[in-house]
Amino acid sequence: MMSESPAHNTDGEARAAAYWLLAPGLCWTALFCVLPMAVILLVSFATRGTYGGIVWDFSLENYGDLLHLLYGRIFGQSLLLAALTTILCLVMGFPLAYYIARLPPRRQAVWLVLVMVPFWTNFLVRTYAWIFILRTEGLLNTVLVKLGLISAPIEILYTNAAVVLGLVYGYLPFMVLPLYAAIERVDRSLIEAAWDLYADRWPVFWRVLVPLTKPGIVAGCLLVFIPSLGAFVTPDLLGGARSMMVGNLIQHEYLIARDWPLGSALSIVVLTLVTGAMSWYFRAHSAADRARRAS
Amino acid sequence: MADLSIDIRALVKRHGATLAVDHITLDVRRGEFFSILGPSGAGKTSLLRMLAGFETPDSGEILIDGRSMAGVPPNRRPVNLVFQSYALFPHLSVAGNVAFGLEMKRVPQAEIGARVAAALELVQLGGKRDRMPGQLSGGEQQRVALARALVNRPAVVLLDEPLAALDQQLRRQMQAELKSIQAQVGVTFVCVTHHQEEALALSDRLAVMHQGRVAQIGRPQDLYESPATHFVAQFIGLSNELRGTVAEPQAGQATLVCADPALPNRIRVALPAGFRAGGAGVLILRPERVQLAPHAGGAAPDNALPGTVETLRYIGSEWHCVVRIAGGIAWTVHLPNRMTGAPPWTVGDRVSVQWNMADGVVLPLS
Repeated sequence: MMSESPAHNTDGEARAAAYWLLAPGLCWTALFCVLPMAVILLVSFATRGTYGGIVWDFSLENYGDLLHLLYGRIFGQSLLLAALTTILCLVMGFPLAYYIARLPPRRQAVWLVLVMVPFWTNFLVRTYAWIFILRTEGLLNTVLVKLGLISAPIEILYTNAAVVLGLVYGYLPFMVLPLYAAIERVDRSLIEAAWDLYADRWPVFWRVLVPLTKPGIVAGCLLVFIPSLGAFVTPDLLGGARSMMVGNLIQHEYLIARDWPLGSALSIVVLTLVTGAMSWYFRAHSAADRARRAS
Repeated sequence: MADLSIDIRALVKRHGATLAVDHITLDVRRGEFFSILGPSGAGKTSLLRMLAGFETPDSGEILIDGRSMAGVPPNRRPVNLVFQSYALFPHLSVAGNVAFGLEMKRVPQAEIGARVAAALELVQLGGKRDRMPGQLSGGEQQRVALARALVNRPAVVLLDEPLAALDQQLRRQMQAELKSIQAQVGVTFVCVTHHQEEALALSDRLAVMHQGRVAQIGRPQDLYESPATHFVAQFIGLSNELRGTVAEPQAGQATLVCADPALPNRIRVALPAGFRAGGAGVLILRPERVQLAPHAGGAAPDNALPGTVETLRYIGSEWHCVVRIAGGIAWTVHLPNRMTGAPPWTVGDRVSVQWNMADGVVLPLS
């Protein structure tokens, strides 16, 4: 260490300064992100006390419990509903985002505000509004019966369909906004070039628009899929007892069963699944990208 | 008429209240390098976009290879556009970009491979087929854009300001290359540009557009030597002007009576056909057609005006001389460099500005 040249010293000083500058960000991350996660991770290895407390003796029992078929079913159902929600948001969001991105700038702003207006009201309140619309004597059924389109009210509320509807409703803006940003950046002459080179509508879409907006598509899908997977308000209010999702399960373990260790283990599993899938995607993606650029 | 590649009849396009294209009629022959030249806002881009099919004419007709293009979308037209920004697909390789049109036309894979290779060879990019557009220089991107159009063997290649994004030196080089590629493939090229030197160098024929109308169509030398309007004369090349009224028309000659009282009022000019006596006219003289002689000396030319050398600029092949003739009139004179760089005059010299009657063109004053 004594033999370090002055150049090394200033280098080290620069590095130290860099850490000092990073310190506020690092503290913030440690305090609000790493610390809570570490607590949950610790709790997930503890056991439940007789009256719902946490007993600090290390065990893998919680994770073993999760291998039960019931949990697998709930995980499967959650993944399915979240995937369905993501696909529906993408299919509905893309045309809307495209439409907005191609409007004159001033009208774009109006439409973007309209997309965001629902955020100005509490999510819980908006979900109750859906109950009012969907229930047997609700707005939808009343109108359909009055119009003579159906003879008896249809059961929508408290089904998986209602859950997906609620999730799509809630998370559609998270799909539309990144898609809009991506489409808006696409040079219009690229679309014209494809058109000029004999491409019909679908090839223009698949061969040019989709590849060019892929970052927006990925961002939108992540922003919809991840919160959908962990949702608990929507399935709780619109789905009833049979449409339980992982989010409800975790909430149940924490608040009703008072089994914090099991709830924590569930949270860790969800977190690992999502993070694993994401990092796999980005690694595969950037590797393919690098290979393409290097060749 | 069978030899027409493009036949445009009374084409009109309005953008709001303005007539972007105002009853344009022109034709382009097969295998020709045709340019549409004009200042920005002349309507040339609108015209090009109507040829490509991106804009719909308000009235009039476009025929390509004898077939009306009314209602035919861009992807069904036998034309390909080379965009000003090149519009290369950033997610496809050079070869992928060039193959795009053939893939859309469902050409068999083996044929696509051969044609893409041949097109890239033609633009000298055979070794860069797997590069991404972002890794290419501006000139290389331009070539890919050209290959992407040519590979489809269209009836017409449309070029939108093809060299505008390149620097001066590359521009010269690409000009020559563009011309030689066009000669090799024999495809009709229609090029829109505001760069008059480029248009003159490249084109077999060109149309000068002004405020939505065609001011003149002809070979480059027609436009330079016998401009049809004052606008064309000013827009193509440098011109020296003298304004006045045309008097005493007689046997193909006339006298221009100068408006400026400081000038000798009798300039002999060749009378253009159909010019009425007493009309306001402007004499156009190109800088290289004017000679300078010592004041009150030299051979007796048709016309001579006294002047003073104001500036001298050495550009290598020529001396560019500005001579002040009268208060408001200064002419540019290009003198060949024949004396190993020695200046032919010095600033302040009194000279006689002389020219032959046949070298001037008189046009109605617009």
